[in-house]
Amino acid sequence: MITLDSLTKSYDDHLVVDGVSLELPSAGVTSIIGPNGAGKSTLLSMVSRLLGVDAGTVDLDGLDVHRAPSREVARRLAILRQDSHTPARITVRELVELGRHPHSKGRLTPACHAAVDAALARCDLADLDRRGLHELSGGQRQRAYVAMVLAQDTRYLLLDEPLNSLDLVHATALMQLLRTLSDEHGTSVVLVLHDINYASVHSDRIIAMRDGRVVRDGTPEEVITEEALSDVYGAPFRVHHLDGDRIAAYYR
Amino acid sequence: MTSLRGRTAAVTLGVAAAVVALLAVASLAVGAATLDWGAVLTDPEQLRLVTVSRIPRTAAVILAGAAMAVAGLIMQALTRNRYVAPTTAGTIDAAGLGVLVAVLLFAGASVMAKIGIALVFAFAGTALFLLLVERLRLREMIMVPLLGLVLGGIFRATTEMIAYRANLTQTVQVWMNGDFSGVIEGRYETLWLAGAAAAAAYLMAHHLTAAGMGREIATSVGLPYRATLAAGLGVASFATAVVVVTVGAIPFLGLIVPNVVTLLVGDNLRRALPVTALGGAALVLACDLIGRLVIHPYEIPVSSVVGVLGAGVLLALILRKGNRFARA
Repeated sequence: MITLDSLTKSYDDHLVVDGVSLELPSAGVTSIIGPNGAGKSTLLSMVSRLLGVDAGTVDLDGLDVHRAPSREVARRLAILRQDSHTPARITVRELVELGRHPHSKGRLTPACHAAVDAALARCDLADLDRRGLHELSGGQRQRAYVAMVLAQDTRYLLLDEPLNSLDLVHATALMQLLRTLSDEHGTSVVLVLHDINYASVHSDRIIAMRDGRVVRDGTPEEVITEEALSDVYGAPFRVHHLDGDRIAAYYR
Repeated sequence: MTSLRGRTAAVTLGVAAAVVALLAVASLAVGAATLDWGAVLTDPEQLRLVTVSRIPRTAAVILAGAAMAVAGLIMQALTRNRYVAPTTAGTIDAAGLGVLVAVLLFAGASVMAKIGIALVFAFAGTALFLLLVERLRLREMIMVPLLGLVLGGIFRATTEMIAYRANLTQTVQVWMNGDFSGVIEGRYETLWLAGAAAAAAYLMAHHLTAAGMGREIATSVGLPYRATLAAGLGVASFATAVVVVTVGAIPFLGLIVPNVVTLLVGDNLRRALPVTALGGAALVLACDLIGRLVIHPYEIPVSSVVGVLGAGVLLALILRKGNRFARA
């Protein structure tokens, strides 16, 4: 369990995350939704120690995320930010091998190679592993980064808008992959999502943020409602029931 | 394009090693005095020529070339900017200022003391560069080295002003222009420290590659980012300080060699670093040979030859069709 206690962050005078206290479960798929500027990405960055906190603490199964040795944290929690692209000319495999750093410090063991191969296969990259990152399409590159965090083999997997540069098919494939990972390996997946319908269909729990605070927190049945979504986004929504899923419409 | 395959890297490494070996033999053979290979083992004069002059010079060229190229590679990886090198980040100029301070404050300072003080200055200068870069709002590819050049200019101007007042302008000229003509046995051995720095960088290669992916990815995989950055820049500053103190600054090297090498074998430092070291050694060997041959038996300083050649190569890199310099 990751326990967030009154996390606060402001930039200049602008309060971006306003005293958020939460418990993120140690299993299942949890999605964080909300309008632009709600503080979702900032919250995820603080939970994963990429960003310092102004106030508050993050406890990761008894480990203070902001004080514990970074490598210790990296064995339990992996984070992928949305804009992590690099100009470095390295191969897909080399990138994915970086994910093994917390376990091997660069001296890859047979177990590491197995984890790398498995992550590559899961992300449909087994044939592209010797390609340079700079030779890939945006979607392939995004999958390579996902493979890197998968290879890290952590209990908690945090992803900030992972669907951003993926087409419909690969976006759905990634969500299915994360769902499988959670169901079969017990990984706790926490994502920031823009597309509320992916959140609705694949999550166990949805946290909705607005103005730096959590305004809704519950199952998709509780959060994907016309009333709740209108409140979160400040715009009208229709929610339809399609094949047992709750699909929100906001196109008109 | 399949240039990142391991085999390409192995072939490149082999070719680079062969070129260095050939140039090293040529470097041993060329000089003001005539060397008779057949007589080396029988004639003590000839043997002395080889052990006192030719071997030290060749070793010095190889070590300095390798170290400066590796320093550039490290700096480019850590700043994620292909224009950053000891020449364009103020490192060389800060080291020069350090040598001057050492000479002024500690008259008769030993070579090691000079290296120590030059190292402190080089590291502080580079750290200042990085701090300024972090504050840069418009962090475009070209803005970063531009800032470094301005900073280096300030260091150089300060050095020149102090040197002028202290009547040391000519002495400063000597450090700032790399030249191997003064290298004999007993006057180059500190360069082995620069070689050691390059070897240390190889041991850190994996960490440096990870840090080169940026702060967020490095932190995500549990790498102490700031410490790695400091260690990498420390090694690069150290190599630069040693070379500046021992033979003087060699321009362009840290800029062009790593760029050509990473174009061929990619940015994984474990693979790129040995090739870069050999490439730097080969380039300086070739330039030193040219410098020794064009007005034989006199010499042109190696920094002048590297400067002319380096400018040409850099232009070719920039104007190359579809080059990555064009992209921000």
